[in-house]
Amino acid sequence: MRFPRPTGRILLQYYRTMSCSSDTAVGRSIPRRDGVEKVTGRARYTDDLVVPGAWYGRTIRSTVACGTIRAITLDPAFDWSRVVVVSADDIAMGGGENVVQLIRDDQPALAQRAIRHQEEPILLLAAADKTTLETAAGHVHIMYDPAEPVLDLGRATETYTTIEIVKGDVAAARRQADVVVERTFRVGLQEQLYIEPQGAIAYPYRETSNGKREAGVTVIGSLQCPYYVHRALKRALALSDEQAVVIQAETGGGFGGKEEYPSLVAIHAALLARKAGRPVRLVYDRHEDLAATTKRHPGVITHRTAVRRDGTLLAQDIEIVLDGGAYCTLTPVVLSRAAIHAAGPYSCPNVRIRARALATNTPPNGAFRGFGAPQSLFAAELMVEHVAERLGVPSVELRRKWLLRVGDTTATGQKLSESVSAEQVLDAALRGAPPVRPSARPTVRRGRGLSLVFHGSGFTGSGEKKLSGRVAVEFTAAGEYRILSASTEIGQGTKTIFCQIAAEALGVSLERVTLAPQDTSLVPDSGPTVASRTAMIVGGLIRDAALELRTRLARERAPLRVEKTYIQADTIHWDDQTYRGDAYPVYAWACTIVDLEVDTDTGEVRVTDLVTAVDCGKAIHPVMAEGQIEGGNLQAVGWATIEEIKMKDGRYVNDRLATYLIPTALDAPRIRTILVENPYSRGPFGAKGIGELPMDGAAPAVIAAIHDATGVWLDEVPATAEKVLEALHGKRETGNGMRR
Amino acid sequence: MTVRFTLNGSPLTVDVPGSSRLLDVLREDLHLTGTKEGCGEGECGACSVLIDGEVVNSCLVAAGQVEGREVLTIEGLAQGGELSPLQRAFIERGAAQCGICTPGMLLAAHALLQGNPRPSADEVRVALAGNLCRCTGYTKIIDAVLACRA
Repeated sequence: MRFPRPTGRILLQYYRTMSCSSDTAVGRSIPRRDGVEKVTGRARYTDDLVVPGAWYGRTIRSTVACGTIRAITLDPAFDWSRVVVVSADDIAMGGGENVVQLIRDDQPALAQRAIRHQEEPILLLAAADKTTLETAAGHVHIMYDPAEPVLDLGRATETYTTIEIVKGDVAAARRQADVVVERTFRVGLQEQLYIEPQGAIAYPYRETSNGKREAGVTVIGSLQCPYYVHRALKRALALSDEQAVVIQAETGGGFGGKEEYPSLVAIHAALLARKAGRPVRLVYDRHEDLAATTKRHPGVITHRTAVRRDGTLLAQDIEIVLDGGAYCTLTPVVLSRAAIHAAGPYSCPNVRIRARALATNTPPNGAFRGFGAPQSLFAAELMVEHVAERLGVPSVELRRKWLLRVGDTTATGQKLSESVSAEQVLDAALRGAPPVRPSARPTVRRGRGLSLVFHGSGFTGSGEKKLSGRVAVEFTAAGEYRILSASTEIGQGTKTIFCQIAAEALGVSLERVTLAPQDTSLVPDSGPTVASRTAMIVGGLIRDAALELRTRLARERAPLRVEKTYIQADTIHWDDQTYRGDAYPVYAWACTIVDLEVDTDTGEVRVTDLVTAVDCGKAIHPVMAEGQIEGGNLQAVGWATIEEIKMKDGRYVNDRLATYLIPTALDAPRIRTILVENPYSRGPFGAKGIGELPMDGAAPAVIAAIHDATGVWLDEVPATAEKVLEALHGKRETGNGMRR
Repeated sequence: MTVRFTLNGSPLTVDVPGSSRLLDVLREDLHLTGTKEGCGEGECGACSVLIDGEVVNSCLVAAGQVEGREVLTIEGLAQGGELSPLQRAFIERGAAQCGICTPGMLLAAHALLQGNPRPSADEVRVALAGNLCRCTGYTKIIDAVLACRA
């Protein structure tokens, strides 16, 4: 292949000296497979790839939030012969459909006439050098007939999707209650802020295995889901399965932000490359990335909880409204995960969850680590605090009374049969928490907050069954074991843990196992790298394939290849219509304790310590599991405290890194992880998913700790210094619409 | 303009527009792509390099400013094919995840340890505060640096 390979061969010698001191591979923190490349600067991310003759691409975007395009004018004073211009018309002329393939077909790759949000892509430009490109962009003039945008959930009229989950009889239960507590919670937008911005390089051809160029398109990019991009390219550019080739470059973080958005970047780069007849690089700068790409869904969640005076939980009545933004993207699935987790990790006989996602004219919201669950668990966890406060009991005791145990049923009626660890993680976190320290200064108050959360591993409901992920493990003629999957490494450790799982199942040393590149022309579709599914679901398939390969190698010879396709266990039942049944194969659990300081002069919140006890079944690689947990918790602390997106006319105001702040090493607390291993019988060596759970627990613990420190409830994130000060001075509306 | 400087221990002359960003000279003219661009405005530290031992954001440095000076990039950290102790510690302690902040983070840590071989955890936090990481929560990065104290 002539395409630059994103990452060269790893330094196997390094691993020979480091990693083979014992026979087992799983459960050991071996050096990560991509470690040497990453610490030496040799790992090749999209923008690092040298592509001779490639042009630079750029996206021209809308400057209104809603309306129609009246006219697009290319200034005749500029020499357009040096520039390639692509509009929506080019998509039709190429035989493709102007749509970004996802759940609904509502989002065009390029706006044809209607504009639904600020920064909506309208035209694409490419030129040989950046100066020509910038000059050309300044000579594009777009006139609009603007319309009044819907920018606030209260005024939204279009619904993307609704979900209702019903268990027992909430109304009847409320009549028996001694106390009913009602609160409303608000959660804000959040940017994933992967440090490597979005980017793709497209070639107007593909190459066969013998290096011959053939009709098609090849895209190399920063992405989580090669086959999502593959499907999107096929549709927008009218390509066959074979003609579209997608290769993942080394990817500098994703967090969901590179789940669906890269499809759009790839389509754009491919359209430009096809029209230019040469490779085109389309790499966003940070400003464009912040201004235009998807964010975490903001929303409003209301709980009405009915209890007896002794704390017995009788009913949870929950309403969720999420803002999907201008296009559907993955919103129905985000809403689904939000709804299923909305009751929290508690056993309640009567539950009603009514969830809806609405359309507004903000840039579309999309996948972000946790995928709706951080939003709904934020409300669920603070609700425990409010009920405890009303009853005058410690919230920890209420959690202990309510929490899910083996044999209990969730809101969807799922009977939990194994690997249920709410109580274990609660106990472990309480044991591991540091002693409470008094504040050193009179204007600084210290507080502690706790949360208990769970997170379903894998796709929701029948998702995994419909997806039918596939992997292969092969023994090559060269005597190498090779794993073939489309699951990507985005920092979380896929490349390393897959090799550990395969080596363990094959009973061979780690350095004999390699991983094929994430290239759709080489590897089967193991599904997207999302939903806390990679270690458990795809890792499980790899284990199964490796075990079968091992058996067959006893009597067959190389080369040998074993493929495995996901088959849903017949013990898992789910009904998409009624939202009843086994929403997830299993859940991971976490209890998080946050200690913080509130400066009553400035309103500033500083998280000083964070202890989190986590059950992920089995940590395939304990150091990397801790790394996921620590990073996710800091991301959640950021969401809870400083990561605020302000909006004006449907445009994000703080669309630069100087104004959208994330925690630095100085802001970050010392994070201590306690791994509690309660194995899942169907997970590879007991493993469950760990990717998203760490995003769920810190935000409610921060708000509870602010209350502990100051006596005020914020009931919303982010709790910025401004909002904390307002609350301290009694100037902020609380969740009940009452002033405190 | 012609700029003469020392890059990763070797003298070098480049002929570039004087206003070119050092970041672009490294990445585009010299193909040293270990130095990353994360924001282009000096906020993220992904483009950190050392000039005469001091950490700078190479996106904010004009090429002309390195005339006669010593520049160290991530490509110069491993000497004679051997990883430096910091590089090994980053791998072994889980301090690198997606890896995009890693080159800048390593250089900032290297500069700290050169000037202060036994920093406290708080001093490490201050020294790394200009380098954003979204994957690790910093805990393992700080541990890796502390593990390399003299």
